Amino acid sequence: MPDGATNTGIGASVKRVEDKRFLTGKGNYVDDINRPGQTYAYILRSPHAHAKINSIDTSAAKSASGVVAVFTGEDMQVGSIPCGWQVDSADGTPMREPGHPALAQGKVRYVGDQVAIVIADTLDQAKDAAEKINVDYTPLKAVVDLRDALADTTLVHDEIETNISYDWAIGDKAEVDAVFDGAAHVTKMDIVNNRLIPNAMEPRAAIGDFDRASGEYTLYTTTQNPHVIRLLMGAFVLSIPEHKLRVVAPDVGGGFGSKIFHYAEEAITTWAAGQIARPIKWTAERSESFITDAHGRDHLSHAELALDANGKFLGLRVETAANMGAYLSTFASAVPTYLHATLLAGVYTTPVIYCNIKAVFTNTVPVDAYRGAGRPEASYLLERLVDRAARETGLDQVDIRRRNFIPSDAFPYQTPVALAYDSGDYEATLSSALKLAEVDGFAARKAEAAGRGKKRGLGYSTYIEACGVAPSAVAGALGARAGLYESAEVRVHPTGSVTVFTGSHSHGQGHETTFAQLVSDQLGIPIENVDISHGDTGKVQFGMGTYGSRSLAVGGEAIVKATDKIISKAKKIAAHVLEASAEDIEFAGGNFTVAGTDRSMAFGEVALTAYVPHNFPHEELEPGLDETAFYDPANFTFPGGCHICEVEVDPDTGTVEVVSFTAVDDVGRVINPMIVEGQVHGGVAQGIGQALLEGCSYDEDGQLLTGSFMDYAMPRAHNLPSFKVATEETLCAHNSLGVKGCGEVGAIGSPPAVINAVVDALADMGVTDVAMPATPQTVWRAIQTAKS
Amino acid sequence: MKSELTVNGRKIELDVEPRMSLLDALRDELGLVGTHAGCEHGVCGACTVIADGEAVRACLILAVQADGLDITTIEGLAPARGELSVLQDSFCETHALQCGYCTSGFLLAATVLLRRTENPSRAEIERAISGNLCRCTGYTQIIEAIELAAERLGHRNTNEPEGAA
Amino acid sequence: MKFPAFKYLRPSSVAEAAAQLAEHGDDARLLAGGQTLMPVLAMRLAEPEVLIDLGRIENLRGIALEDDALRLGAMTRYVDLERSALVAEHAPLITRALPYVAHVAIRNRGTIGGSVALADPAAEMPACMLALGAEIELTSTEGNRWIAAEDYFLGLYETAREDTEILTAIRIPLAPERRVGFYEVARRHGDYALAGAAAVGDVEDGRIQGLRVAMFGCDDLPVLAKTAAKAAETGVLDGAWLEADVSPTSNINGEAHIRLAQARVAFRRAVTDLLGVSNG
Repeated sequence: MPDGATNTGIGASVKRVEDKRFLTGKGNYVDDINRPGQTYAYILRSPHAHAKINSIDTSAAKSASGVVAVFTGEDMQVGSIPCGWQVDSADGTPMREPGHPALAQGKVRYVGDQVAIVIADTLDQAKDAAEKINVDYTPLKAVVDLRDALADTTLVHDEIETNISYDWAIGDKAEVDAVFDGAAHVTKMDIVNNRLIPNAMEPRAAIGDFDRASGEYTLYTTTQNPHVIRLLMGAFVLSIPEHKLRVVAPDVGGGFGSKIFHYAEEAITTWAAGQIARPIKWTAERSESFITDAHGRDHLSHAELALDANGKFLGLRVETAANMGAYLSTFASAVPTYLHATLLAGVYTTPVIYCNIKAVFTNTVPVDAYRGAGRPEASYLLERLVDRAARETGLDQVDIRRRNFIPSDAFPYQTPVALAYDSGDYEATLSSALKLAEVDGFAARKAEAAGRGKKRGLGYSTYIEACGVAPSAVAGALGARAGLYESAEVRVHPTGSVTVFTGSHSHGQGHETTFAQLVSDQLGIPIENVDISHGDTGKVQFGMGTYGSRSLAVGGEAIVKATDKIISKAKKIAAHVLEASAEDIEFAGGNFTVAGTDRSMAFGEVALTAYVPHNFPHEELEPGLDETAFYDPANFTFPGGCHICEVEVDPDTGTVEVVSFTAVDDVGRVINPMIVEGQVHGGVAQGIGQALLEGCSYDEDGQLLTGSFMDYAMPRAHNLPSFKVATEETLCAHNSLGVKGCGEVGAIGSPPAVINAVVDALADMGVTDVAMPATPQTVWRAIQTAKS
Repeated sequence: MKSELTVNGRKIELDVEPRMSLLDALRDELGLVGTHAGCEHGVCGACTVIADGEAVRACLILAVQADGLDITTIEGLAPARGELSVLQDSFCETHALQCGYCTSGFLLAATVLLRRTENPSRAEIERAISGNLCRCTGYTQIIEAIELAAERLGHRNTNEPEGAA
Repeated sequence: MKFPAFKYLRPSSVAEAAAQLAEHGDDARLLAGGQTLMPVLAMRLAEPEVLIDLGRIENLRGIALEDDALRLGAMTRYVDLERSALVAEHAPLITRALPYVAHVAIRNRGTIGGSVALADPAAEMPACMLALGAEIELTSTEGNRWIAAEDYFLGLYETAREDTEILTAIRIPLAPERRVGFYEVARRHGDYALAGAAAVGDVEDGRIQGLRVAMFGCDDLPVLAKTAAKAAETGVLDGAWLEADVSPTSNINGEAHIRLAQARVAFRRAVTDLLGVSNG
């Protein structure tokens, strides 16, 4: 705990306020909510990856027992589900955005596409009735593989005459090509970032409700950003004005990005509730989650790194095809461009970079942001390339990184790919990680493992990420169709307790604790007197929600801004009561004191006075103590660090075991170390999952082959070691707290460390590359290929 | 069809369709929504409850099969209203939960472990919870919580031999 | 993932169950521990009209030592086998293999009879039955018959059990001096095996005799690798060994040659395990 910290203030590992309800089964998730008169919906989905709908016969379903209504795309004529970010092609052609209907209009474009909704008194009745719907399809050829889609021989959307949504670029290609021409060495790699399925443990759910008396709609939904859903769904899809639409996101059981986006089921249940004037509950079955939750990653890249004779990076050139799936999901277009290409400088001084991105439609589930969103793809590409470059040039893995680090005295540092880093110390996180990982003892451990027939390897990743998205002005210039600020209202009650309304949303991050620590610290009041309220557009002012590790760096700053306003107002009140000037009031330890005197008022007294303003001079001083602030950051924040992974590979079976994982991250100032540690652990677990176990796979007809927890393997308790984690702080230079963000660092930094370790383990057998996920068969194949 | 069972110490008589799972009966018939549906195909462990002293998947048992069983759910773990069991408290202490969705399943699986095994090794803990998926924590802090609870129960057992997880 | 509608029957004797099965035939499914059948129903991969729950038939449970065999009632749960001293003493291969079967909560409900009746080619217990030379009891309204495990497994999820028969018990011949070995390659512990081997045999002066190795996860059915076992007894495993016994096909878990290579590793390591040498 830093000097001067209290046991609940900034820097303290305060036990989570929210835990008690979860530990006793009192959490309130969407599927736990039941509304009076509630009906249940089952959504009939396309079994084909690509097909024309000739007709839909719902008559038998409509007359089935308990059925209230059946609707198809013909019934639901509403707006298209919008994409939130416009990314235009390098030649100026606007992004191609084909219509994205909530219920299919004449065609289906992936297995899982919504075809009809059946609403009945019970879920069993709805599901049984759905089996009676007869859809006449003409199956069409599906395009599933990214390479096939690029050839444009089969089109996902006929009307745009290509599968490419945009062909975007950053950097001066001619300048970069020139650098490559003169380079001493060029390292080249084809790199696949495997497609993932986020799989939050809580399946998505939505309850649409409609109040006939007031004409108000309410949607309870598993979202990370209720206001964004209200805006997207209300304004673009259903044309419901915001004052007639309330969106509630209560406890949400994990998101990892997959619950950012506006999904069709939200619009369908809300619209249909209006049609039948009864509440409708829809809860995804797990098999539905697999084929409807936006997938993540899925990049195919060719990357080249030019080096001089001393191992200094001269230039980087990258061509990436990014799978968008069948439709552009909410954030999809921004992921490979502004969250990936702009991160390709990494922590290195590479002077020139060129990156071309082709965003490609396929007959698969839409692909969008998943924990890290673009940045894991960038760090994986870069850190694999650097690892390879070191092997090719004979440089040590640590040495090549040190030679190219942006030095700690170079900040602010303008990269060649738009971003300007404000702070960081990459040597500090690296050297700390080297110690924590006991790299000095690795050779002995490797020799010992060899005695057991195991190949031991060590892999590094020194990564950077950009989070706390983002300055609205920058985002707007880059095509964002929304601002990216955050809001907070700090409402001080007459007896001195405080409710904070935040536009951020917690789905596991512990905001109710971290934000309460902040406010308790700022206002000098006990943490028990602070409540955090979020997730209900009926209570909370417009906010942008939680993703991109932004809650503390943007949402927390908004709270600080609002508490600053509270303190300023409270000083005026204290000054009035204490008959001093506001400038002479000092605020410390929860007390307002006239400077240089013992005349003082406690925070609670000021609060009471604010609401009992018997003698306020009303021209100068309003009653009440309630302030709202919106905070729009000046820049992204740039967490970074060093991850070191140690693996043992069984060369006979190809089985990989992670025996040790070390993460030293710079996430800026840490408010609650216990929560930060948990965030890092969780991110690393997902990163190791991506590297070793998880891979979404389709057959050539577009049927998902990994559609259950049996087939899609996520880490279990015995697949992971205990993590060694630590932080090294450099403060963010442009926010008052100095915070950067910790939600995604684990998932961004870890995959290249794991794969570099596997390659290191097998390097003496001639292996130079192993694809993710490094399953036994993939590793075995790599060994055999190297042998032959 | 009728099914008589004991849930958290209370005798319950259900009258449900045979196809209803114990999970749905707990949630929809009894309002015990702390037991969660994570996959409903027996792989994630979010719906774990204790049946006759053993951890089981509530999604793979029919409510009518549960006739005669003694079931404990998350709502029945705390020793008294407003209190937490040693294990529940340890989960809070080591930050063994984030979104909370899988948590009840882990608590019930670990409760059985601690009842059967006084000082479980890390390997025994991993085995006891390996059937439960958590997407948030990476498991380290869950394992620490169970170790902490075992230690606390061990200490307490010297004074109170009745101490249960 | 909701179950389709079905009629639920809960017989209290084998005779009653057999009569119900005879009546409903193909339209009925027997419900044992339900740890595989219920997921199949939840995914609506099967929609039987009738479920016959064997859970209330008391004499289908239990582990008993007979004159020359260990008798396992079909409805004996994995957890009971895991904790059984009789099993540990007389069929230690089962004790050795059980921790690899799924996870605790599944083993608390899953039954030995259910697993052998299903005959999943990648499951551990069917292979153990094969290696142990178990006999399987099948009962119908016509009476009962015993069939050797070697004659019982016929193909992919295909067994010698007729639609009207109930798998009621398993007998494992006693062989006090026999040693056991087990190994499996899996993505994650508890998953179905990518390749596995269950072995029994006698060891005299460091030489193996009477070696029986059942392979699982590498063919359409559990397979006794007789040719390879013979070769292993002579101590020579090279050239094209094991191909004569198993024929893995390419699938999502890898091409045929990878699966064969993993099967070979499993075989070798199971034998090493049997010899009591560390697997590393």
